[in-house]
Amino acid sequence: MIQVSNLSFGPAANPILQGIDAEIPAGRVTALIGPNGAGKSTLLKLIARQLTASSGRIRMDGMDLAQTVPAQLACKMAVVAQHLSVASRVRVRDLIGFGRWPHSAGRLGVADHAAIANAVELFDLGDLQTRFLDELSGGQRQRAFIAMAYVQDTDWLLLDEPLNNLDLHHARNLMAQLRHLTELQGRGIVIVVHDLNYAISWSDHVVALRDGKVAFQGPVAAAATAERLSALYQTPVAITRLGGQPFAQYHR
Amino acid sequence: MADRRLIALGCLLAAAAALFLFWGLRGPTAYILELRLVKLAALLAVGASAGVATVLFQTISQNRILTPSIMGFDALFLLLQTGLVAGLGAAGASRISGLPGFALETAVMLGAALVLFTSLLGRTRHDIQLMVLAGVVLGVMFRTLTVFLQRLMEPSEFTMVEARMFAQFSGIDRSALMAGLGLMALAGLWLVRNHQVLDVAALGRTPARSLGVAYDGLQLRVLCLIAALVSVATALVGPLAFLGLLVTSLAHSLMQSHRHALLLPAAALIGALILVSGQTVFERLLHLQSTLAVVIEFCGGLLFLVLLVKGKIR
Ligand SMILES: Nc1ncnc2c1ncn2[C@@H]1O[C@H](COP(=O)(O)OP(=O)(O)OP(=O)(O)O)[C@@H](O)[C@H]1O
Ligand SMILES: [Mg+2]
Repeated sequence: MIQVSNLSFGPAANPILQGIDAEIPAGRVTALIGPNGAGKSTLLKLIARQLTASSGRIRMDGMDLAQTVPAQLACKMAVVAQHLSVASRVRVRDLIGFGRWPHSAGRLGVADHAAIANAVELFDLGDLQTRFLDELSGGQRQRAFIAMAYVQDTDWLLLDEPLNNLDLHHARNLMAQLRHLTELQGRGIVIVVHDLNYAISWSDHVVALRDGKVAFQGPVAAAATAERLSALYQTPVAITRLGGQPFAQYHR
Repeated sequence: MADRRLIALGCLLAAAAALFLFWGLRGPTAYILELRLVKLAALLAVGASAGVATVLFQTISQNRILTPSIMGFDALFLLLQTGLVAGLGAAGASRISGLPGFALETAVMLGAALVLFTSLLGRTRHDIQLMVLAGVVLGVMFRTLTVFLQRLMEPSEFTMVEARMFAQFSGIDRSALMAGLGLMALAGLWLVRNHQVLDVAALGRTPARSLGVAYDGLQLRVLCLIAALVSVATALVGPLAFLGLLVTSLAHSLMQSHRHALLLPAAALIGALILVSGQTVFERLLHLQSTLAVVIEFCGGLLFLVLLVKGKIR
C-alpha cells in the first residue's frame, strides 16, 4: 500500500499540492484523475522521489520513502513520466535493456535477455527494436518507455498518462497488460488517465485531485459517481451502462 | 570481444607512432630516439585524456557540443598556475615545479572545478544556451584574471608562465609526464570498472535515478576525473580548446553507439591518432614545428560553428 499523509508541495503562499491524504492499495490498478494542472503529475513525481515534498510523508509498503536510497527504490517501483526523453542516442532494445539495470548492473544474463525479448513481444516493438529512439513516432516511443519500466519487474508501476499517444489498439492492449500484471502477479499500478472510460472500466480504485487537493477517492464503483465526476471536471458527465460495463458520457 | 573499428584505430595509431619514432632518424640515434619517445608519450597522453575528458563531460552535461575547454576548465588551470607563480614568486614556484608542483596544481584544480561546475551543472543543465554562455563568461573571466595577474608579475615570473599560455608540443616536462601517466592509469582503472553506470547516467538525471543510480555522487566523481584529465593535458602542452570536440564528433560518428565501452576507447585512440599523425606530418614533412595546435584549433573551431549553426546541439 502507498500511504500519503498530509503531503504538501510548493511555496506555502501558493502550494501546488496541499494536505494530501491518500491510500493507494497494493495489488490493484489505481487511476489518478483530475483536470489539467490539478497536481497529478506532481503527486506521481513525489511518490517516485523525483521531487521532495515540503511537508508530509509517503510510505510504500511500510517503508518511509524519504529514508530509501535510489538503488533500493529502483527494485521497488518503476516510473514512466508524462514527458519522455533521454539524453543519449540509444536504440529501442538498448533502452529496454536499461530497465534491467537495477537487477543486473549492466551484466545482462540469460534471464535478463528473456525478459527483454518478452517485453519487446508484449508491446509490439519487434520491428522497431534496432531503431534509434529519436527516429520513432510518439506512440512508438511511449511503448518503448513502458516496456523499459515493465522489464524493471517491480512491485509498483507508476505511469503518467501512458495512453497519451497510443492508438486504440495499443491503448487497449496496454490496459489489458496492466490488468494482467495485477491479477496474475499482484503488482500495484498507479496510472494517470484523462479518458474516464479507461479509468472506470479498467481500474479498481480511483484518486481524484482538483486544485492540489483530494476531491474524492475510493473503489471505482462507489467513488466515481456522475455527480462527483461532473463537479471534478466542471462538465456534465453521465454514467450509463453499455454491454454490462459502466460508460461515461461526456463528449457531447 | 574487441570491436573491429577499435582494432583498426589501434593499428593506425601504432603505425603513426612507429612513423613518428623512426622516420628520418639520423645522427646520435639513441639520444634522438629518447627525445622522440618522451614526445610521443606526451602526445598519446594529451590526445587520450582530451578525448576521454570530453566524452565524460558530454555524458554528465547531456549534450554533444560542449567540452571542458569550452566551459573554461583549462582556462581555470592556467589561472591556477599563474596564481601559484604570482603567490610564491619565481623562486618558490620553481622549487615546487615538477612532480609536487603538478600534484599541487591538480589538487587545487580538482577543488575549484568541483565547486564551480557542480553549481553550474545543477542550475543550467536543462538550458544548453545558458550553459554555453556561462562557460564563455567563465572562460573569459579566468583568462582576464590570468592576464591581470601576469601584469603584476616580475619579469622573471612572467617568463615562467608566458610559455604555458599557448599549446606547444616541445619542451615536455618529464616529471609532469610521469605524474600525468600515473593519473591517467588511475582514471583508466576507474573507467574500466564503472563504464556501464556511465551508460545509464547518460540517459539523464531523472531516468538514471529512477533506475537506481546515485546520480549526484557519480557526477561529482566524474567531474573529478575530468578535472584531473584536463590538468594532465594542459600541464603537458597547454590549452587546446577544440581538440576534444573534434575527437568526440569523430568518435560518435564512427561508433554510432551510446556505450562508453566503445566511445571512451575510440575517443582516446582518435585523440592520440590526431596528435601523433599531425605532429609527424608537420614536424617531419612540412618542417613546421609549432603549427599543429593552430590547425587543430582551426578545424575544431570550424566544426563547433557548424554544429552550432546546424542546431545539432544535442
Ligand atoms: N516546474 C514547475 N514550476 C512551477 N509550477 C509548476 C511546475 N510544474 C507544474 N507546475 C504547476 O503545478 C500544478 C500541477 O501541475 P501538474 O503537472 O502536477 O498537473 P497535472 O495534474 O499533471 O496536469 P496535466 O493533466 O495537464 O498533466 C500546475 O498548476 C502547474 O502549473
Ligand atoms: Mg500531468
